[in-house]
Amino acid sequence: MFLIPEPIGRFFHRLASPPHFYALTNRLMPWLVALFLILLISGLVGGLYLAPADYQQGDSYRIIYIHVPAAWMSLFIYMMMAIAGAIGLIWRIKLAEIVAISSAPVGAAFTFIALVTGSLWGKPMWGTWWVWDARLTSELILLFLYLGVIGLYGAIDDKKTASKAVAILALVGVVNIPIIHYSVEWWSTLHQGATVTKMDKPSIHVSMLIPLLLMALAFKFYYVIAMLQRAKLELLQRERTAQWVKKLITEQTL
Amino acid sequence: MVAGIAVAVGFALKAFNENLMYFFSTSDVLAGKAPKETLFRLGGMVVKGSVERPDKGLMVRFKLTDFSKDVTVEYTGILPDLFREGQGIVANGKLDSRGVFVAEEVLAKHDENYMPPEVKASLKKQVEQQ
Repeated sequence: MFLIPEPIGRFFHRLASPPHFYALTNRLMPWLVALFLILLISGLVGGLYLAPADYQQGDSYRIIYIHVPAAWMSLFIYMMMAIAGAIGLIWRIKLAEIVAISSAPVGAAFTFIALVTGSLWGKPMWGTWWVWDARLTSELILLFLYLGVIGLYGAIDDKKTASKAVAILALVGVVNIPIIHYSVEWWSTLHQGATVTKMDKPSIHVSMLIPLLLMALAFKFYYVIAMLQRAKLELLQRERTAQWVKKLITEQTL
Repeated sequence: MVAGIAVAVGFALKAFNENLMYFFSTSDVLAGKAPKETLFRLGGMVVKGSVERPDKGLMVRFKLTDFSKDVTVEYTGILPDLFREGQGIVANGKLDSRGVFVAEEVLAKHDENYMPPEVKASLKKQVEQQ
């Protein structure tokens, strides 16, 4: 912490202070919600109405606008959770611990959505709801990792110890992330290869790609909103004996 | 604890790896790498012009290829929407004594390309003009 320049250090120090974080999220929330709604509506209109039908799958491919952003989010949130967990573990920042555990249910929900929409898409296109190929199996393991994190945190009463345990579990589980991403290249899978997230040019027509990216961005905002709301609650619970929480409550009841 | 988990993950991945190849290619089958007398999955492209219904019933016979070797497949049942000539599929079944792959299940594999039909048509035209 001593190697970081003074103003940056001060910014993070302030951000990591619970009352400041609480006030900041309250101020940011309306803006985040507004941006989320704009992105979501334009993404949905673009994807479900403006984008053309696919040459092979017709209109059925449109589930891509939920499935793919949800699957991206399942990986992204896991990384955020592991990074926040590591920061909490190394620098003992309470707020990082809270961000890590608040991310887990949101990530689990996106993983579940990716699995369900994938299954609904698989039945008409592939001819099956589920196969045990490397992509589908590793994504299911990701769901179990999220559930493990949530369960472990709930099982330990002392939230400091619980955060440490959860951070270690999350960090060990990071090994699954490249496995999920590269599963379609390393092994022969029923799931097709990457369309957008590859070095090459995306193999999706630009008129279909733009709504997909809008949806991905909307989902990112949704994650931030949902995670911050959970984090606020978790923070109040953990800090319930602190002076600023007491002040907050008395101010609101007056 | 971390070391223990790492070892457990290592073993799990090793065990996993042996079952991880979702399907065999047609060349694997002709080279004798595929299991005999037991179910396995065969993946490949449906050879253009090879799909036939010999008994005019539900039984379909077609050839699968990996662009070097062909294997004949027989399947009785309803094919998925994306099944067509030139399409990649994965079939689950076993080899019979004739060397024909008798499928119990046929799954269509689609590629990662998405485009409107008009773009596909113009791409096709360009290829034909060359």
